[in-house]
Amino acid sequence: MRSYEKYIRYRTFPTPWCPGCGNGVILKAIAICFSELDIKPKDIVVVSGIGCSGRIPTFFNTNTLHTTHGRALSFATGIKLARPDKFIVVISGDGDALAIGGNHLIHAARRNIGIKMILVNNGIYGMTGGQVSPLTPQKFITETTPYGNIEPKFNVAELLEGARASFIARETINRPKQLKEVIKKSFKHNGFSVVEVISNCHINLGRKNKMRDPISITKWISSRTVTKSQYESLSPEQRNHIYPVGVLFEDKNRLEYSDLYYKHIVPAAQASIPQRRKQNGK
Amino acid sequence: MRRKQVLQGNIIVAKAALAAKCNFFAGYPITPSSEIAQFMSRELPRMGYDFIQMEDEIASLGACIGASLSGRKVLTATSGPGFSLMQEHIGMAVMAEIPLVIVNVMRGGPSTGLPTKPSQADIMQVRWGTHGDHPIIALYPAFADEIYSETIRAYNLSEKFWNPVVLLLDEVLAKAHEDIELPRKNDIHIYKEKIHRIKDLNIYDREIGENPPRVDFFKGYPIHIDGLEHDKHGWPTSDPETVNKMQTLRMQKIYHYLDEIVKFKEYYMEDAEIMIFSFGVSARSSLAAIKMAREQGIKVGLFQALTIWPFPKIPLKERFKRIKKVLTVELNMGQTKYEIERVSSDDVEKKALLRANGIPFTPKEVLDKIREF
Repeated sequence: MRSYEKYIRYRTFPTPWCPGCGNGVILKAIAICFSELDIKPKDIVVVSGIGCSGRIPTFFNTNTLHTTHGRALSFATGIKLARPDKFIVVISGDGDALAIGGNHLIHAARRNIGIKMILVNNGIYGMTGGQVSPLTPQKFITETTPYGNIEPKFNVAELLEGARASFIARETINRPKQLKEVIKKSFKHNGFSVVEVISNCHINLGRKNKMRDPISITKWISSRTVTKSQYESLSPEQRNHIYPVGVLFEDKNRLEYSDLYYKHIVPAAQASIPQRRKQNGK
Repeated sequence: MRRKQVLQGNIIVAKAALAAKCNFFAGYPITPSSEIAQFMSRELPRMGYDFIQMEDEIASLGACIGASLSGRKVLTATSGPGFSLMQEHIGMAVMAEIPLVIVNVMRGGPSTGLPTKPSQADIMQVRWGTHGDHPIIALYPAFADEIYSETIRAYNLSEKFWNPVVLLLDEVLAKAHEDIELPRKNDIHIYKEKIHRIKDLNIYDREIGENPPRVDFFKGYPIHIDGLEHDKHGWPTSDPETVNKMQTLRMQKIYHYLDEIVKFKEYYMEDAEIMIFSFGVSARSSLAAIKMAREQGIKVGLFQALTIWPFPKIPLKERFKRIKKVLTVELNMGQTKYEIERVSSDDVEKKALLRANGIPFTPKEVLDKIREF
């Protein structure tokens, strides 16, 4: 048995994903990170919302919570506040995190609450059968944009930067080793961290856009992503629709929310207890 | 002798919650419930516990569920519009069987409605607000001491039955300052169940009618909690037999224990020929009206529901064997009126005093209605 396998809940297999799906790569990368950082399974909670990526937690042999659509971060916030000593991971898809759950995402980033978020970006609503998502590229054909998508997509990293996130990274499922390293870095980060993982959905996104097999869609992903140093050497025109991968932003000095709460709010509140009440022992 | 205090209804709720060992609050400001959040934001950190103001009511209840699963006793307080948003997570809490206490200080609706005026129009939303068949417990105090005792009872019921419990409160009662003698610590009964150490995933494994054990994270075996229909392990399933069993389990855990859950008070009912069915602030108007009616020789009594859901069907049916005239008094366009029609036979003469314009009934108005019989 390999060391990461104790984090896998084999009894719940098989997975509901289509053959060739990137979710398996992400599942394994996270499990390896747990193993390399040697976190006890009972100290981990993996929380997710709805969608294909929302089914990832059920395969972890840790505490797992499969919640409502888009709201995983709010549940995770409650868990983190109640048990700041525990390790909380949220796995969310692009529709889950940016459409229905957009509000929770920006507020979790603003609070800098110590949740590790893996944002699986496959550019489509896969589980419901291929409808347009806030990360579907423009002009793409989906089930609900039969004449092409006219809406521009979010730039997740820039959105999160505006929301004051303290750790932002991007990776693709094409680079499993680098993906694992980036996730590991995010797991070591103390505040709120987001790793946007660009994944494939050849079934629902690719099929309608001339990329009906996993190879062609992963090639397309590769053509759109460059390393950070390569990105910096590109001219502004060349940067259009090209995304840098790796750790994009990191602020190690910002205090995590529950740290701040217990270091600042609780002592301040306790100092404010009226003297009379203290004597009464209330 | 305990000193009497003058406290606002909202503060009584917050104090009772703390007495019931509530140690987590997540909420979103909304009139007329905000005082509860304000009080908690001051008191909980003093005790080393958590208060957080979330980005909306959906997130508030999400955070409460997360904290409840991590072993906390949670509270959130809201009003109609916020309660509408919470329905999604009430369903989640029912499905995953998570104890929660939600205070809904009702205001005039629908939509933004009458933010600063009382209403009793969320009765049906409490029952059927979230989708799917589900059990729910809703308590409805009318007097200051009941606000305190029913808040504590809400915690006890939620912990015992592993289900969300809604405490309904009228805007006037939440905002009014009244005298109350708070009970001593030792006089308060707080339900405490031994937390089971889990050996396996089979957290929902029990027979119909059995009380569920409280299970939460970090208690040994790593568990799975799901909003999908699940089997005894918590693992998603759509197997018709399992689904049927789980649906029945969830409903029966409440309906097996009606005697324990359904609570009501009766006034002047021994010789009553007319019964008033009411709750909350309307019950107070009715009680004053009954005293006036008694002086005029009208034999009228009050059935005040403290548990509004599950509906006090059995005790009411018992009363209708003798009493053949019933008046429903409520600040809405007729919500429990239909429930009364369901539990009473055709030979019972039914009248209702209804209004939803933000003004509570005066005793005189109730008296006039009584005299119509």
